[in-house]
Amino acid sequence: MLKRVKKWNFTVLLIVLVLMGTAIFLGCSSDETENGTVNGDLSSPSLNGRVTVIGSTSVGPLARVLADSFMENEQDVKIDIQEIGSTQGIQAINDGTADIGTVSRELKEDEKSSDLTEHVIAYDGIAVVVNCSNSVSDLTIEKIAQIFKGEITNWKELGGFDKEITVVNREAGSGTRGAFQELMKLEEKLPDGTKKSLITEKALIMDSTGGVKATVSGNDSAIGYISLGILDDTVKALKVSGVEPTVQNILDKKYTICRPFLMITKGEMSPQVGAYLDFIMSSEGQQMVKSEKYIPVK
Amino acid sequence: MTKEENIISIDKGIKSSVRGRKKILFELIVEKSFFLCACTAVLSIAVITVYIFAQGLPVMIKIGVIDFVTGHFWRPLENQFGILPMIVVSLIGTLGAVVLGTVVGLFTAIFLAEIAPDWLIRIFRPAVELLAGIPSVVYGFFGLIVIVPLIRNTFGGPGNSLLAVIIILAIMILPTIISISEISLRSVPKEYKEGSLALGASQIKTIFKVMLPAASSGILASIVLGTGRAIGETMAVLLVAGNTPVFPESILSPVRTLTVNIAMEMGYAQGMHREALFATGVVLFIFIIVLNVALNLTIYKKESRI
Repeated sequence: MLKRVKKWNFTVLLIVLVLMGTAIFLGCSSDETENGTVNGDLSSPSLNGRVTVIGSTSVGPLARVLADSFMENEQDVKIDIQEIGSTQGIQAINDGTADIGTVSRELKEDEKSSDLTEHVIAYDGIAVVVNCSNSVSDLTIEKIAQIFKGEITNWKELGGFDKEITVVNREAGSGTRGAFQELMKLEEKLPDGTKKSLITEKALIMDSTGGVKATVSGNDSAIGYISLGILDDTVKALKVSGVEPTVQNILDKKYTICRPFLMITKGEMSPQVGAYLDFIMSSEGQQMVKSEKYIPVK
Repeated sequence: MTKEENIISIDKGIKSSVRGRKKILFELIVEKSFFLCACTAVLSIAVITVYIFAQGLPVMIKIGVIDFVTGHFWRPLENQFGILPMIVVSLIGTLGAVVLGTVVGLFTAIFLAEIAPDWLIRIFRPAVELLAGIPSVVYGFFGLIVIVPLIRNTFGGPGNSLLAVIIILAIMILPTIISISEISLRSVPKEYKEGSLALGASQIKTIFKVMLPAASSGILASIVLGTGRAIGETMAVLLVAGNTPVFPESILSPVRTLTVNIAMEMGYAQGMHREALFATGVVLFIFIIVLNVALNLTIYKKESRI
């Protein structure tokens, strides 16, 4: 008898395991459908459901701060933010995975379409950063471009110490890299329409803004570029022709290495997406943009 | 036999046969569930293979398999897809790590199996096991804050380099090589060692001339497994390699491996660029298959010798 009970326990255990496995699979898929129907349901007056935000790693931190504050007031709305890249953000909004796609550069011509709406939520400066121990602190745009092209290879040519310059670049496709190359004229249009990057191929490549910051802060001869919003005292931001990269200088149009942060929506917005965007564009939201060291649009 | 007894025995027979049938049914259910579980692994590998090849092969053919595998330049936004530098770096990096890891790992295994006193083994073995459990991103972080600055300050250059990759990978494959080599050294019959010592050979001579040859197939298997881990490692390499997709000029130049190429650019890639990353995956997959065949051959050789 005892043996039998044990056996049955075993069978029950197996069945439970199988059921759990099925539940996990079903769980994943039902989650998606729930997501779809909630967002499609425009008639519901009360705000609830999910907003999926997918895109740029540079916009991510700002979108997260704004979302946290938004969710404090709207507790039934859940905002998911995924930072996987600008290009990926456009792809996600086009194939319907995201409710909002975030992009940290201007849209390319072939990415624009009539059913996509661009919302500029902020501007972001790009700071050129060096190690804190570097004595060089002010360069012209031309000199910076020459460093990134690999034409100037030693800090002593710029009045610094005698060390070979380590250029730190972002990976192909990064929004920050795209914006930086365009603003610094570090690209060349080829006859077939593609753009050739002029940044030296000897550059180290990091796949995130944080990676660039970590490398530059740990390497005394490195130079890189990061979003002004995540600039802190672990690295030193270069003045460009005497102008410090600050929010005020960008607003006064003295510091010119800056780019827009875009949120892209497709077709008609669901109420919760609309409310989130309204909050971002409100004076409270724009105040937060400013306190995060990004440049407000209003 | 009386009538009554007869009835009782028939009754028993029916009962036991019902119980028997239940038993058979139970056995069947359990067997099928085992089969289903076993299918998961096989099905996964089948789906992965089909998916990677379906995504990667068309673009490989479009670019040209030869152009793709022997191209010198990886400039995805300019439609130049050549992964030869990364293939070369993956091979050199793995080879370097395996050589370094095997020397250190094998000597550690010999020490643990033959020389170390019991109390030291009780400290060393858990330490090696712990090394195996550390997540690879932690190895990468360790490499970034310790090994990279060390290389930069000692040899110059940016620090993020092929050498850093080799060192970090060598450390990562140590546990695999140590534990499997130690087990195979311990499983060498005692008589071999005793015989050698009785003939007057020193302990070191016994280890190199008797123990190592006797355990060689197990040690070989550990090296092949270590190679598999080294060539597939991504996260730790990404943090220390520098990720420059060109041929390294020296061991101190920043490099990019095949795995890093996929991990690094998948987030932003689209269109042909994205497919080319899957094609990189195809090449890596073929490497892994070759390695697995090699592993099976060593095990097969070991078995046929016994």
